[in-house]
Amino acid sequence: MIKLVWLVPLLPLMGFIIIGLFGKKLSKGLVGTIGSGVIFGALAIAVGIFFELKNGVQKEYTIELFNWISAGKLSIPFSFLIDPLSSLFLLIITGVGFLIHVYSVGYMSHDEGFSRFFAYLNLFIFFMLLLVMGSNYLIMFVGWEGVGLCSYLLIGFWFKNTAYNNAAKKAFIMNRVGDLGFLLGIILIFVTFGSIGYHDVFEQAKNMGSGNTTITIIALLLFVGAMGKSAQLPLYTWLPDAMAGPTPVSALIHAATMVTAGIYMIARSNILYTLSPEAMNVVAIIGICTALFAATIGLAQNDIKKVLAYSTVSQLGYMFLALGVGAYTGAVFHVMTHAFFKALLFLGAGSVIHAMGGEQDIRKMGGLKKYISKTHITFLIGTLAIAGCFPFSGFFSKDEILANVFAHNKLLWFFGILGAAMTTFYMFRLYFLTFHGKFRGTHEQEHHLHESPPSMTIPLIVLAVLSIVGGLVGIPAVLHGTHYLEEFLSPVFEASSFRLVHHLSHQTEYILMGVATVVMIAAIYYAYTIYSKKNTIPVDEDEELKPLHKLVYNKYWVDEIYETLITKPLNLLSEAFHKVIDNQLVDGIVNGVGSAVSWMSGTIRLAQTGNIGFYIFVMVISIVLILFTQLF
Amino acid sequence: MSAIQIVPIEWYLFLSIVLFTIGVAGVLLRRNAIIIFMSIELMLNAVNLLLVAFSSYLSDSKGQVFVFFIMAVAAAEVAVGLAILMMVYRNTKSSDINILNKLKW
Repeated sequence: MIKLVWLVPLLPLMGFIIIGLFGKKLSKGLVGTIGSGVIFGALAIAVGIFFELKNGVQKEYTIELFNWISAGKLSIPFSFLIDPLSSLFLLIITGVGFLIHVYSVGYMSHDEGFSRFFAYLNLFIFFMLLLVMGSNYLIMFVGWEGVGLCSYLLIGFWFKNTAYNNAAKKAFIMNRVGDLGFLLGIILIFVTFGSIGYHDVFEQAKNMGSGNTTITIIALLLFVGAMGKSAQLPLYTWLPDAMAGPTPVSALIHAATMVTAGIYMIARSNILYTLSPEAMNVVAIIGICTALFAATIGLAQNDIKKVLAYSTVSQLGYMFLALGVGAYTGAVFHVMTHAFFKALLFLGAGSVIHAMGGEQDIRKMGGLKKYISKTHITFLIGTLAIAGCFPFSGFFSKDEILANVFAHNKLLWFFGILGAAMTTFYMFRLYFLTFHGKFRGTHEQEHHLHESPPSMTIPLIVLAVLSIVGGLVGIPAVLHGTHYLEEFLSPVFEASSFRLVHHLSHQTEYILMGVATVVMIAAIYYAYTIYSKKNTIPVDEDEELKPLHKLVYNKYWVDEIYETLITKPLNLLSEAFHKVIDNQLVDGIVNGVGSAVSWMSGTIRLAQTGNIGFYIFVMVISIVLILFTQLF
Repeated sequence: MSAIQIVPIEWYLFLSIVLFTIGVAGVLLRRNAIIIFMSIELMLNAVNLLLVAFSSYLSDSKGQVFVFFIMAVAAAEVAVGLAILMMVYRNTKSSDINILNKLKW
């Protein structure tokens, strides 16, 4: 199976080429089949690779395909690195990707851009696979930029809407900021280590010892890239806006896969971070700040997808928190479980939106559990999983993160629990407002309500099952289970293992789990009292809000602050440049040269009198002068 | 000693300088196109004379070869030039070159 690894990215690429070139001539059924089929093929190979790695003795394969760039000392092969970490990501990407492709067949069936959508999705999967499979930072960077491009294309999928286009541009530009950091990081890696292959870099880094300034700078620059791609403070504002794209896109790109690229990158470079405690502290602090910040915004949003978007930002914050305290396995574990339940929640939200005929405002929903029971049950499972309810998958991954954080720093743990409480609250607020109480939409919408087709509900059910059992691969020792994931990933994080150990007594761990569960139940009860028992509905736009509520409802005015502090000065500056430098200086020089030439020729041509005698005279004089200059 | 070398080289020099200067002066001062033409021929022949003289004194036949070339080119030039002159005369009924001043800025 390892030998077939080149097929994994090639299949989606072929899907993209076929659908992209001939999509308009093929029937929708065929496009859907090709689009999902190639991903299924990749998934099948990924499963084979996974088991070969799991059961085999060799835990790391480097498959060199061809020599890509070689110039002077620089030699970059185009090669794939297959180890537990990348094979796990392969499974997540192709597995969740396949389900979302199947879902899209139903969700996008009425859209005129059906084939374009599948072409983009396949291209995205291709780049995402490239990102995680590459054996050096450059291939990762190619994938990194490629997924950014696909994200841009898919956010602006309905490009006739200006707001959607602006959201796409915003995502693209914000990612550029992060990508610059990433690129500088790669350059610095090359300058420092003379290579950008993971193997060479990590081997050399191991010998450099802890606390090296260069390594800290590299780690921080790479983290800037992660901030952009994984929507961390201060570069997170593009992700909520990215919800302009079709819902399957939000599920695949902006929840399950692309936004976790930053976590993959840091987990991949774990040794660089382990050697730099300062960089890890930065990662942890940014992570917890983002987790809390986004969670508070999520408390007051009324758009079903926006709530989920802020929830994604917040959960990504948790993953970075885990990375920052050295719990690499925990972070990757949470990536996996989050991919399951957040994709489930997004797809469930898509099913709700589908049933509501495009309505996204939860104030106009309510009581939907009667009408769309499959969606309701799967959504509830997803909600319980993200809240961290035992024995759903979220419980195990979140517990692992929080236990590691507790061992590292008690204050961070407290904030983590606070964030978890808010997560539970806003998710159940969303759940109760959407599925319980009375229907608040129009009669037309009520009449229109219907369960989604099987191509949409089956992926929901599969993801719901995964959200329930996904956590079982990482049962902590304290619950007398085996942490399969940790075992599986251990070769990748071996070099960093001296920081990974957390010494908590079993008693402490039980208490931590107990506290988390109590907090979760309290948050659910609180949400239940307000939004189900009392039937409170969030106020309308035009009503006056209390100051704190207003602050959160308006997302801390971060967008407005960025607008005032960055966008407007930049616009003013470019306008000034346009008017002064461009219009006056550059145009002045160009036009000046032109008019100088025509003025000079206008003057000199007067010498052309038409008098032949004068011409001859000038000729003779000139010859004489030339002869004279020759003489001396 | 050939016939040319009976006369000293300085005399050839003086003669051809005089002829050349007359030619230049004629070109500059006269307005009749035919006279200008003749003056040009005079300059050419002044040069020819000098070439032949030097060729003989230096015992190098290259100079005489040049003379034949110059003669051939001059003949061609005269043929073209006189044709132009003819057309000018037919159109203007004059051979005064100052009439031909329409082609200017």
